[in-house]
Amino acid sequence: MSASIAGLRTRVLAAAERRLPALTRLRRTEPLPIRLDRRRIYVLPTRFGLGFAALLFVMLLGALNYGNNPALLLTCLLGAAAGASVFFGFRILSGLSLQRLRADETHAGEPLRLHLCFTPGARVRPSLRLRRGDTETAFAVQANVDCDAALSVPDTRRGWFRPGRIRVWTEYPLGLFQLWSWLHPDSEFLIYPARETPPPPLPSGDGRLGEQLNAGASEEHAGLRDYHPTDASRLIAWKASVRHDSLLVRDVERRSGEALTLDYAGLRGLDTEARIRRLTAWVLIAESAQRSYTLRLPNETIGPGLGASQRRECLRALALLPADGAHD
Amino acid sequence: MTERLDDRQFAILTATVAATLATHLGHLPIWLAASLAILLPLRAWTRRRGAAAVGAWIRLPLTALLFVLVITNFGNVFGREPGSVLGCGLLALKLLETEKVRDARVALGFAAFVLMSALLFAQSLLFTLLICAVLVLLLAALVALQPAPIAPSQPWRAPLRLAALLLGAGLPLAAAAFVLVPRLGSPLWGSPGNDTLARTGLSERMAPGDLTQLLIDDSPAFRVDFDGAVPPPQQRYFRAIVLWDFDGTNWTRGRLHDYGPPEALKDAGAPIDYTITLEPTDRRWLPALDLPLGAPATTRLGADRTLIANAQVVQPRQYHVQSAPAYTLAPTLSTAQRTRALALPDAFDPRSRALAGRWRAEGRDDDAVVHATLELFHASFTYTLSPPLLGRDSVDDFLFDTQRGFCEHYSSAFVFLMRAAGIPARVVTGYQGGWWSAANRYLLVRQSDAHAWAEVWMTGLGWQRVDPTAAVSPARIERGAAAANGSAGWAQSDWLRGLRNQLDFANRLWTEGIIGFDALRQKGLLTPFGVTDANPGDLLLMLSAALGIAMLIAAAWAMWGSPRRHGDALDQAWARLGTRLARAGIAPLPSEGPFDLRQRAHAAAPALSAMLDPLIEDYVSLRYGIGEPAPERIAAFTVAVRKLRVPQRVQTS
Repeated sequence: MSASIAGLRTRVLAAAERRLPALTRLRRTEPLPIRLDRRRIYVLPTRFGLGFAALLFVMLLGALNYGNNPALLLTCLLGAAAGASVFFGFRILSGLSLQRLRADETHAGEPLRLHLCFTPGARVRPSLRLRRGDTETAFAVQANVDCDAALSVPDTRRGWFRPGRIRVWTEYPLGLFQLWSWLHPDSEFLIYPARETPPPPLPSGDGRLGEQLNAGASEEHAGLRDYHPTDASRLIAWKASVRHDSLLVRDVERRSGEALTLDYAGLRGLDTEARIRRLTAWVLIAESAQRSYTLRLPNETIGPGLGASQRRECLRALALLPADGAHD
Repeated sequence: MTERLDDRQFAILTATVAATLATHLGHLPIWLAASLAILLPLRAWTRRRGAAAVGAWIRLPLTALLFVLVITNFGNVFGREPGSVLGCGLLALKLLETEKVRDARVALGFAAFVLMSALLFAQSLLFTLLICAVLVLLLAALVALQPAPIAPSQPWRAPLRLAALLLGAGLPLAAAAFVLVPRLGSPLWGSPGNDTLARTGLSERMAPGDLTQLLIDDSPAFRVDFDGAVPPPQQRYFRAIVLWDFDGTNWTRGRLHDYGPPEALKDAGAPIDYTITLEPTDRRWLPALDLPLGAPATTRLGADRTLIANAQVVQPRQYHVQSAPAYTLAPTLSTAQRTRALALPDAFDPRSRALAGRWRAEGRDDDAVVHATLELFHASFTYTLSPPLLGRDSVDDFLFDTQRGFCEHYSSAFVFLMRAAGIPARVVTGYQGGWWSAANRYLLVRQSDAHAWAEVWMTGLGWQRVDPTAAVSPARIERGAAAANGSAGWAQSDWLRGLRNQLDFANRLWTEGIIGFDALRQKGLLTPFGVTDANPGDLLLMLSAALGIAMLIAAAWAMWGSPRRHGDALDQAWARLGTRLARAGIAPLPSEGPFDLRQRAHAAAPALSAMLDPLIEDYVSLRYGIGEPAPERIAAFTVAVRKLRVPQRVQTS
């Protein structure tokens, strides 16, 4: 019964979306920042609001019937306050601006933490809520403090992820009215493939020694290079940095011992997704083991290399590998 | 909507429910008040210790028990008293099961209803303000149910502030609605005021000692506006009820009090015109200054010249009366009346009868007997509001043993002695005295000014007012009840009484302006605005207009303060630079980057480049540099842009 109602609701919404895009705001994606204004904030009374209105009506009738003027006055006061609450709620949403959207690094199957960064302003905005699909979160925007509302996306698949419509809403202050608007940012996030668990052992290398790439550097500076903001802090060579008066990091990409090849074609007997899972696990293991590696995919070869950019590039290529499987 | 309430939410919810129930405490039966006083703290305590909601197996029997108790106590569940008792009980039971936000909302909605119903029992200004304060708490509780508050460390302050703000914002519209809502011509259901009541006020039965509760009640009974001069305190006797029949314990009006034409009035002096605003009494008598000459509309003049309303006074009532302070009432007395005014119960108070007989035997005439009685009172009696209890022969006990009492004792004993001596006499109850508000020119009469005196019938003079209390405590008559009672504790202290008298002006405005605002007053208020007949349709139209205006103002306020701004502070400073340059004819084009703009500015206005170049460099490094620009640098850039002076349109050849 409830399933059929839900189905009907979905169909009605879809029809409304087709016919009245301006009304439902379901269609277009928008570039950030998205600022909410009166043209896109909608209001409806909540169920509690309707019940409260019925209650007010009963109290009004009672007060009139008994000719009780203080009760009539207070009923009017309560009704007026309830009406005024719409505008208080409106001020919570109006002018709210979604500045950025970011997501933590996520592998398929793990929940994605979507961070919505709203512009702080002079106005405090409590009791805001976000809903995307079945997940909900509540947050408050403090005055002049960067706000970061995290929304969890439960099931994720590898590849590009679009957040889609996010409903931002509030029932502030009394819960009598729901005010809402839609955020449909055009952002995209890459979800890396799932890792095989338990992690498989790395393939044995083919025995070749890695090429000495750091030829030309002086003995003392061997394996060191200038610091880039993207480098992990654990790689900083503190002693060398002090000597040279600038931050230096160990150039791990060149500290490779044995070259490692992670070959898609070599994984016979597994289906596409299983291969991708295993390659992903290998990339991560190789990274944590600080071993230089080459990723061979049907259409491209990445590396040899090691480090954040190599890792990023490999995971990206794996995430975007066509699902129907590349030919061996 | 299914989140469990956290501790702060439950605390404010419990406080609201408790405050709501407290407004009903005055009339709740003791069994319910006691169970509420146990139940609420118990629930708050167990929940704090982590207990879940009270299960249905205990709630359902409790609900059933509540219904049974209400029905056995009141006979049914409808009507004001049983309804409110049931409401209070159900509200408390609702709190027992409240665990989630949704339950809490239902509980608060119901609490609002219970809160309003408290106004059916009392409507004074102070009580309404109290209800209003609980209303703030109630709205604050609703606010507190919202998730993600702005300051979780201060769970009470922000909701309370917002609730007060909401009510304040609603006040203008509420006032407009109050004035404009069409009043019902006749009630839709029930008959207001038919409930049996426990309102304090003069009763139509008097036994010595009965009035004690009334005499310590400081609430206003009525207020009087005199058209002319104010009568002196000795003349401020407000007649309400005349009591003829005595059964040994009680004085009553008797069955026939209402019937017959008013007693004849002769030699009435110059009349006094005045208007009385009577607080609801739920009874039919209306006080009038001794002695009313006629009856206002919808009232009758009883046989003993008291005013009787056609219906119970359940709302404040205003009426205009003419009274004569000097008069001769009933120059002739019929036999039936004389018999009635001399009747005494057999086998009661033998010593008093003997005393009266002794006086007569000594050959004293009527006048002398009256004076002998008053002298007796004056010589050895004491005025007190806490008299000793009297036995079966109440008059004997009072006259010969206790000799302490107040107006009821004196008037009762006096009339008894008169009748025993063969002088027709009767007891009159009403109010005497009052506090004259010189600033606002009205007389305030409180319940504590209730009084009982006597009337004796003298040949040729008719009914004469005799106040035996004046013989004992002249101050009671000259300076009012407060002076006679002395200062008993802080509640009776002079300055507090003075303050309360001053504040009564607000009460008066409240009673006349708000409580007494009926369809007639509504009409009168709207007449100056050109609305001659305020029919419901017109009123609703005006109400809609008021609503529309309120919505417009509110919408303007809601939109205000959120101007549409493009980009951040840096973008705005850059836009300002653009408008400055446009004045010099170098408006930035949409297709143009900062460096292109600089190039064009160089060509168009070379003089400007010294000032402009650093600005553009700054902007580019701020906007396109790595990392977020420091706010101080943006501020500096904004200031620099503001300082830029651009010459008016530069001629370009």
